[in-house]
Amino acid sequence: MLANKLLQEIHRRMVRIRLFEEAAGRLFEGSKMPGFIHLYVGQEAVAAGVCLALGPSDQISSTHRGHGHLVARGGDLRRMMAELMGKATGYCNGKGGSMHICDFDLNMLGANGIVGGGIPIAVGAGFANAYRSDGRVSVVFFGDGATNIGAFHEAANMAAALRLPVVFVCENNEYAEYTRREQTMAITDVVERAAAYGMPGSIVDGMDAVAIYEAATEALERARRGEGPTFLECKTYRYYNHHGVQTLGAKYRSDEEVESARQRDPIDRHENLLIDGGVMTAEALQAVREQIQEEVDDAVQFGENSPMPDTSTLLDDVYSLPKGEIL
Amino acid sequence: MTSPETSTRELTYLGAFNEGLRQVMQEDPDVFVAGEDIGAAGGVFGAYAGIAAEFGERRAVDTPISEQAIVGLGIGAAVVGLRPVVDLMFMDFVLVAMDQIANQAAKLKYMFGGAAQVPLTIVTTGGAGLSAAAQHSQSLEAVLAHIPGLKVIMPATPYDMKGLTVSCLRDNNPTILVIHKRMFGYKGEVPEEIYEVPLGAARVARPGTDITIVSYSRMTDESLKAAELLSNDGVDCEVIDLRTVSPFDIQTVVQSVMKTSRAVVVHEAVRFSGLGAEITAQIQELAFDYLDAPVGRVGAPYSPVPFSPILESHYVPDAEQIISAVRKTIES
Repeated sequence: MLANKLLQEIHRRMVRIRLFEEAAGRLFEGSKMPGFIHLYVGQEAVAAGVCLALGPSDQISSTHRGHGHLVARGGDLRRMMAELMGKATGYCNGKGGSMHICDFDLNMLGANGIVGGGIPIAVGAGFANAYRSDGRVSVVFFGDGATNIGAFHEAANMAAALRLPVVFVCENNEYAEYTRREQTMAITDVVERAAAYGMPGSIVDGMDAVAIYEAATEALERARRGEGPTFLECKTYRYYNHHGVQTLGAKYRSDEEVESARQRDPIDRHENLLIDGGVMTAEALQAVREQIQEEVDDAVQFGENSPMPDTSTLLDDVYSLPKGEIL
Repeated sequence: MTSPETSTRELTYLGAFNEGLRQVMQEDPDVFVAGEDIGAAGGVFGAYAGIAAEFGERRAVDTPISEQAIVGLGIGAAVVGLRPVVDLMFMDFVLVAMDQIANQAAKLKYMFGGAAQVPLTIVTTGGAGLSAAAQHSQSLEAVLAHIPGLKVIMPATPYDMKGLTVSCLRDNNPTILVIHKRMFGYKGEVPEEIYEVPLGAARVARPGTDITIVSYSRMTDESLKAAELLSNDGVDCEVIDLRTVSPFDIQTVVQSVMKTSRAVVVHEAVRFSGLGAEITAQIQELAFDYLDAPVGRVGAPYSPVPFSPILESHYVPDAEQIISAVRKTIES
């Protein structure tokens, strides 16, 4: 059994993701957020479990559904919310938005708008770790859909062939956008693909944050021992549509299916664990929710009150320039 | 640049690349090379000869045939602070790795609001002339120059090859260094010491007064040949070698055109939608009043590169085609 403090922190991070995402969804619905939004709700256990297993200098790389990973890594909710709104105070100064959020100070190497596009880059970070023999591990999150793109296969093979310190975390939420997994691959378990590259892998209940934490810890230790990459397939579920804030009434999946997934909700499950184990009372859990809701509300307020980027910044950061030089 | 007491000696164009790379690797332990066959084999063209022997397998990494993962390896290592050089063997293979090059390397810095930089050099070989046919002979610089965030470097001499290699490896942006595969053995004087040739600075390869020929890479050499032949007929051509097509040094080009009042742009790439169109448009925007004739263009016809030597030599622009374009411009 994990230490109480760790169990509480897992809970906090999952709740922080859920409440951040729900606030972001409301803003998107209210047309306060431009562009696209891919909500992480339902998958919180994966980001929280993995990120709590990391050391501070380990890197993570994320996806188009990436808010949860940065929140779990300890991202600044204010700067996140501001970026989602395209504000000057956002993580990317309003240049990236939801799909390109990053925090290099937290070794979060960025979300990515191209499915699978971040996987070769994460392997490159793993290469740098091995090159410097610094004991860091690069962890890459991606969906089941991304394992159908060539970049995944090239990068998985490269990481295994060069025995790089990388952990591949597949969040299998059963859908590639709006298409069922059965339609897009002839295997049931994505982890089978890891075996083809000589990479050990395991299936983890993606709604069980403790199980994910434990599996990630083992994979990280293996990478740090110089034994190469590991593949974790976390079986999870996405409550909202691929894009936007709709949950029920979709044509590509039944409401019953969504309701049944919600019965396995990762936060409810973890809260029951905390209560049953005598770690926290229902009141204490409620207090945590309220406190985090305040943080999220503050972040929304911060984003709304923040200025839009000055149009004079349009051409900033196209290139890295020597000090004082302009394009 | 070169100081008077510097000793120079003759090196090949490919040897100059090798020396520039080696000298940067000696001074900077964060520089490494990765690509297909670049370790033990020294590269399929010998560009990396001796690199693995001198720096070890750790810094000269043989990779799988995985162009996306090769470029991704470089990007990921670059964003966490190393200075990778990745090899794509043939410029045609750039297209295989295009997501990593165009959607990732070129854009990360901008999308992240400046939070990351990508000091990555992609080395590749371009151009026709070896009967390598349609998938191993292309000149794709216009495709790359169209993508903000990338720099595209196309040296025409051994001296520039070494200096531009050093500049690419020291630059904090993704750079694509294109080695012309028909120039591997071209010889020229190259200083022994390490030096930079700045990115984005064209050179006047031959001063002249009657017409400006703008070119780069191997077509610079072909343009110089044309200029020599034309000088026998009393036509004095100024030949400009762009050296880097992105950033593009329009000032040097415009200054020359203001002097000569006529221009022809020459490249080996397909003429349609090639860089010649951009260069011509900029000349006309900035020096229209100085022009005595429409700007001429020489480039390959609108077809894939053919295999058979007789077809290929017909396809690739040469001094003869440049001469007729110059005459047409002079006479109009």
